[in-house]
Amino acid sequence: MDFIQLVISGLANGCVYGLIALGFVLIYKATEAVNFAQGDFMMIGAFVCLGFTNSDFLGLNFWLSIVLAMGVMAILGYLFDWGILRHMSGQSQTSIVILTIAVGFILRFLAGSIWSHEPVSLETPFAGEYVRAGGLVLGVDEILIIVVTILLTFGLYLFFSRTKLGVAMQAASQNQLAAYYMGIPVKRIQSLVWALSGVVAAVAGILFASKGAIDPASGLLGIKAFAAAAIGGFGSLPGALVGGLIIGLIEPLSARYAPDGFAGIARIAPYAILIIVLIFRPGGLFSQTQKKKV
Amino acid sequence: MRFVFKTSYDADIKWFKHGAQLFWYMLLLAALVALPLIFVWTGNPYLLGEFTAVLIFSISCLGLMLLTGQTGLASLGHAAFMAMGCYANILLLQAGLPWLIAFPLSGLLAGFFGTMIAFPVLRLHGVYLALATLAMSIITGDVIDLTERWTGGVGGISVPDIDIFGFVINKYANPYAFYYLCLAVVLICVAAYRNLLRSPTGRSFAAIRDSEVSAQAMGVNLTRTKATSFFLSCTAAGLAGALFGHSATFVTNETFDIVMSITLFLSIVIGGLGFIHGAFLGAIISGLIPVLIANGRTILSTTMGVNINIPGLESALFAAIVIAFVLFEPMGLYGRWLKIRTYFELFPFYRKDMFRRQKSYLKTERVQ
Repeated sequence: MDFIQLVISGLANGCVYGLIALGFVLIYKATEAVNFAQGDFMMIGAFVCLGFTNSDFLGLNFWLSIVLAMGVMAILGYLFDWGILRHMSGQSQTSIVILTIAVGFILRFLAGSIWSHEPVSLETPFAGEYVRAGGLVLGVDEILIIVVTILLTFGLYLFFSRTKLGVAMQAASQNQLAAYYMGIPVKRIQSLVWALSGVVAAVAGILFASKGAIDPASGLLGIKAFAAAAIGGFGSLPGALVGGLIIGLIEPLSARYAPDGFAGIARIAPYAILIIVLIFRPGGLFSQTQKKKV
Repeated sequence: MRFVFKTSYDADIKWFKHGAQLFWYMLLLAALVALPLIFVWTGNPYLLGEFTAVLIFSISCLGLMLLTGQTGLASLGHAAFMAMGCYANILLLQAGLPWLIAFPLSGLLAGFFGTMIAFPVLRLHGVYLALATLAMSIITGDVIDLTERWTGGVGGISVPDIDIFGFVINKYANPYAFYYLCLAVVLICVAAYRNLLRSPTGRSFAAIRDSEVSAQAMGVNLTRTKATSFFLSCTAAGLAGALFGHSATFVTNETFDIVMSITLFLSIVIGGLGFIHGAFLGAIISGLIPVLIANGRTILSTTMGVNINIPGLESALFAAIVIAFVLFEPMGLYGRWLKIRTYFELFPFYRKDMFRRQKSYLKTERVQ
């Protein structure tokens, strides 16, 4: 029972990591840019929702705030690409890495100044509610996280395989020039991918905040999501989720079953696994790299 | 406008291109050597400590510059290698080795372990190296915590004094000697870096940076060259870490955190990627910003009675500067200076696009 309990809470954590990784992989696939600020986008998404719904701030309806937060994050993502990144196209990847790291710092600062530097919890209608099933005690928040993640993944799958916009995004990500020739507005598509990734970040942030408290530093959670994405194989959407789940499961299990005196193992485990995966299966579990052509 | 006529092939690899350059660098060296005299005169060596800190930081900047600016690989975890160097130095000194052996050895150990871990990743695209080093940087603190028996963990460990043939150097007891020691290490590192740039190895680094595919076509062994660059870079970081330990005199698991890694990375961007000068300018800027903000705060509160105490302001300001540089001056401070210099050298024939870099459009490496 203990084990199943751990697994379910691990899965819930893993879903959040997976969702952050998903937003990160979306951008990487579409624009070849690595967004090191994805964790901070997640954090901002949570804070925006919190700003709408918490009684200290606007005190709006919870479900309305979720929609608003997703909208705000979509606009933010679009504007970031439109205003900054579009002017950097053609520059080296390193400069985009630098840029997004710096943006992460600024987002953390802004969140701290606008909302709070201390951890705050999101006021959800289902906070603290439990479901008893057999000998298990499951938090409603944990179940909700898993369900929402499944729904979102399914929705994204449909979006990419069935809609015209989704197919255009795939095309633009595979070969920019060829997509241009086919009449796809690649620049706008890229901005839309950023907007989509902002929405995913907002969902991840809201789920994360509903489970516990959020503070500006939780943007650093994004680093675990990078580990998840790299374990999954960087350019692969299902890989990102699987990677997130692996990391989410490893953390509580290694903390529970580590030998005495090695409790710190749980903090190292996600990154140790990342390094091990990179050493033995460098392309990640769902490897998609191939030899580069001239 | 100066014309340098090259009359032999050696002219391409000479240390100084012409006499004036030699003169200015010698003047800079003389100024650096004479710097402590000011503090002897005022009798307050506090600021000298800041200069020494900048010197130490610039050694690790040099190391990272070799990797990022010269070879085009991004490492977000150089503080981890500084930590390796620092703890290796402490442990070797505690084991009774003389400083003159322990110090270089600690650098080599940092380089060796860093390369061991990063070697598999070096075969991959640059982003993976950034990720792997980032992961290393995050777990550094926890690893130090886990190996508490040797490293002191959270409780920290104090760093033994430097002892060179009976001459003991301690940062507090003898700040001047410590300054000269750091200056000497900096000079050795710069000389090594400069020498490397004119050797075949250094040129293959630059070839990899500019195009991996063409470098490979020219017969450069990609993985081996990248590993060499990574090794040298980590060695410099390890040396800087060892000196940093002597300067801090007490290190804990939080000394070499991820913020330090990222600050290092961002400072070389501000300084100018690919230039030795850039490493120093970046180190100066990142050392200066906290001092400037602290002073600005004091001035504001004493003259106008305004108390600005916004947490995180320093890093946000630093980040804003970095964004401005990436967007408007990708070549950094030193690049700006080059542009200004060229403007006056060529006056009035300077063209706006002289330094424009060729754009490259990435095609995905993934299966299509």
